[in-house]
Amino acid sequence: MTVRRHLHLAAVFPGAGHLDAGAGTTVWAGERAGSRLAFAPFERLARTAERGLFDFLLLDEEPRLPEHRGRLHELDPAGGPEPVAVLNALAGVTARLGLAATVNAVFGEPYELARRLATLDHLSEGRAGWRVAASADARAGADHRCGGHPDPYGRAAELVSVTRRLWDSWSPDGVPRPFAYRGRHFDIAGEFGLPRSPQGQPVVIQAGESERARELAAASADVLLARHAPLEASRSRYADIRRRLAAHGRTPQDLLVMPGVTVVLGDTAAEAQERAAGIRRQRITPRYALYALERIWGTDLSGCDPDGPLPETAPGTRDGRALALAERWRALAREKGLSIRETVIEASGRQSFVGTPDSVAADLHRYVGEGAADGFVLVPQTPADGLEEFVDRVVPLLQERGAFRTEYRGGTLRSHLGLSRPVPQR
Amino acid sequence: MSARYGGGLLHLAAALDQPGVLDAGSYVELARLAERGGLDFVTLDDSFARPGPDALGVLCRVAPATRRIGLVPTLTTTHTEPFQVQAAVATLDWIGQGRAGWRIDVSTTEGEARLFGRRHAAPAEAVWQEAGEVADVAAKLWDSWEDGAEIRDVATGRFLDRERLHRVDFTGTAFSVRGPSTVPRPPQGHPVRVVDATDGHARTVAARYADVALVRAAAPAQAADVRDRLREQARSFGRHPDSLRVLVSLLVDLGDGEYAAEPGWGSPLSGRGRELGGGGGPRSTVQGPLYRGGPVDLAELVAAWYADGVTDGFHLVPVEPRRDLERLVNGTVALLQHRGLFRTFYPGSTLREHLGLARPANQYAVTGGTS
Repeated sequence: MTVRRHLHLAAVFPGAGHLDAGAGTTVWAGERAGSRLAFAPFERLARTAERGLFDFLLLDEEPRLPEHRGRLHELDPAGGPEPVAVLNALAGVTARLGLAATVNAVFGEPYELARRLATLDHLSEGRAGWRVAASADARAGADHRCGGHPDPYGRAAELVSVTRRLWDSWSPDGVPRPFAYRGRHFDIAGEFGLPRSPQGQPVVIQAGESERARELAAASADVLLARHAPLEASRSRYADIRRRLAAHGRTPQDLLVMPGVTVVLGDTAAEAQERAAGIRRQRITPRYALYALERIWGTDLSGCDPDGPLPETAPGTRDGRALALAERWRALAREKGLSIRETVIEASGRQSFVGTPDSVAADLHRYVGEGAADGFVLVPQTPADGLEEFVDRVVPLLQERGAFRTEYRGGTLRSHLGLSRPVPQR
Repeated sequence: MSARYGGGLLHLAAALDQPGVLDAGSYVELARLAERGGLDFVTLDDSFARPGPDALGVLCRVAPATRRIGLVPTLTTTHTEPFQVQAAVATLDWIGQGRAGWRIDVSTTEGEARLFGRRHAAPAEAVWQEAGEVADVAAKLWDSWEDGAEIRDVATGRFLDRERLHRVDFTGTAFSVRGPSTVPRPPQGHPVRVVDATDGHARTVAARYADVALVRAAAPAQAADVRDRLREQARSFGRHPDSLRVLVSLLVDLGDGEYAAEPGWGSPLSGRGRELGGGGGPRSTVQGPLYRGGPVDLAELVAAWYADGVTDGFHLVPVEPRRDLERLVNGTVALLQHRGLFRTFYPGSTLREHLGLARPANQYAVTGGTS
C-alpha cells in the first residue's frame, strides 16, 4: 500500500457544524469565544490557518436551525452568515489558503450553485472547495421552492455531476459553448456564465460514513470528510475506500480521506487530559446534559436532576443504536457512581487527540504513515484561539518530522491537496 | 438644501459593471475610488442572461477592502431561492458592517428559464409580482431573528433565546417559506432594497418595498413625474414618501473633453427650472438615457436637477468604468463638494445612514418587549 509522507490539514469554523456527530464541541461561553456574526473572527481564523500553511478552511452550514423535541434548540451555537459569501470576503484577506463551504445540494439549482461557486473559484484564483451536503432534513424543504425530495441523495449526486458539466462547458481557450442536460432531476440547457477556473474545477468534498457516502466519494469526490475513529478502524476504513476507488477506475491519489478531529494540548499528558476534561465540563452544562440524554432516550427528561442518577425508565425508542448507547451510559454511571451530568461529560464529546504537542504530532503522523488517513480537519473548540495554539506548537513539530509542508508550493487548493487538474469532461 | 423636501442631502451612486472582468482587484480598485469620492453606494449588476461573475460574491470580496461605501449587488428573484437570496444579502450586511443593499431584478427571457428548467418564462407582470413577494419575505426573514436573540447566557447554558426567533409562514403565488432564517438579523435591520422603477410593474414593487428607486429619465420633467408618482404610490401603501429615495439613473460617457458637452446633446430644463450653464443634457438611447460630455457639465446637470427638486440624487453608470469613474470622482464629485452640495466625508457608517433612512423596527418584536 502506498503511503503518503505528507499530511494535509484543514480547519473548520467552529459552531454550527455537526462534524463530530456527537455532542457539540464548541465552547461558546466566556469572553474568549468570538461572535460568529462579525467578520473579524472569520478573518482571524483564516489568517491563522494560512499562517499554519493549512490546505483549506471549511465554513459549515446547516440548511435549518436545529430543533429538539419540536422546538428550536437553544443550547448550541446556531445561525450564522452564508458561507460562500463569507469566503469571498476571506479571499481578499488571504493569498493561498483554500476556501471551502458547505452548500446543500438537495434544494439548490445546478446553474445558480455552479455559478456561485465558480465565482468564488475565479475571484480566489483557484482556491474554492465545495462540501456537498445532502441533508435529508424534510423541514428544510419548507423553506425552498421545490419542497422536500423523495430521493435527496440521488438528487445531490446528480446535481454534483451536472454542476461539473457546467464548470467544464467553456472551451479551453475561453469561449462559451452551449450545454444541454436531461436527467432524472434536471432538464436544462443554455450557456454557462463563466470559463473554467484557474484550478479547473472547485474541489469537491463529500462527508459521511454511510455506505452511500463512501461510494459517492469513491466515485467522484476529491476529499472525503470522515469521522474520527481509532487507528485500526481508520485503517480498515481507508483500505475499504481504496478498494472502492479502484473499482471506479481511480487511483488513491484522487481522493483524500480527512477525519474531523479535536485536539487538546498540554505541557504534560496529565495537564492535557485535565484541560480536555475542563473543556467538556464547560461545554456540558446541567441543561446540556439533560439535552444529551433526551436525544438518546427520546423522551422528556426535563424533570430529572442533572446532578442526580440516570433515569430508571428505559428509552422510549426502538432505535437499536440509542438503546445500546443508553445501556452503555447506565453501566458507566453504575460502575463509577456518576450523576447524569458526570456521565455525559465522561462519555460524550471526547476529544480526538489529547496530549503534549510532541505526542499529538506523533499521533497525527502515525495515522497518515500507517495508512489510516491523508490528513485532518481540525475543529477548534473555541473560535477565538483554538487554532492558534495548534499552529504555534504542533505545526512546527510536524514540519520537523518532514510530515508537513514548510511553504505553499502552488497557488490553488488542488495543488495544496496534490490533486491533478481535472480533465474537461466534454 | 433646507428648502428641499424630504430634508435630504444629495445622494450619489455609481455602477462598477465591467463586462467579462473576473479579476477581483479591478472591482476593489473602482470601489475604493468611489469611496474616495464619498459616494453613497456602488452597484454591480447581475443577470443569468449574460456571462459574468455572481455580483454579490464580487461585492463580498470588495467589502473588507472598503470601509464606508454602500455595496449594492443585483440579485434576481425569478429562478433563485428566496431563502438563499435573503441569507446572502444579510451576510453581505454582516461582512460590510451595515453597508449592504440589494438591487432587486427579475428574469424574463426563455433563455434564462431554460438554464433552470423549472418553468417557462413568464410575463413581466407575473415575475414582478413574485419579485415583490420575495422582497416582502426577505424583510420578514431578516426580522425572524430579533436583535439580540443570540443571548449566550452562561447561567442557563442557552446560546439562543427561542422566544426571540420567529417563523414567517409566508405563502406566495409561486413559493412558500416557513422560517426562521439561518442568518441573524443584519446590522441595518433591513439591508437597503433598490428597484429600477422606470417600468410600470417594477414601479409598484419599488413604491411598496424599495428604499431607493432608480429612474431612467432623459428629461427633468420626466424624472419629476415618475418621482411624484412613486411617492404618491408609496403613500397609498401606507408608507411615508420620505422613506423612499428616488435617484435618476444615467449612463455617463465622460470621454469628450473637460468642459464642453457634445453639441446637440443640450437639453434645457424647460418648465421646471433654469437653463444649464452651457452644458449638455442626457439623450435617450437604446441602453437608456446617456449623458455625454465633460465632468464639470455633469456637475452642473446634477446640481440643477437636484436644486429643482426633480430628484434626490443620481445613479451614474459609466460607459467606460476605469476612465469615467475616475473623471466622475475627481471632476464632477470634487466640484459638487466644492460647492457644498455633496459630503466630503462619511458622517455615518451604514448605508442607511448615508441615505438618511431610519433603521426599521422589527415586525415581530413585541412592543415594549425584551429586545
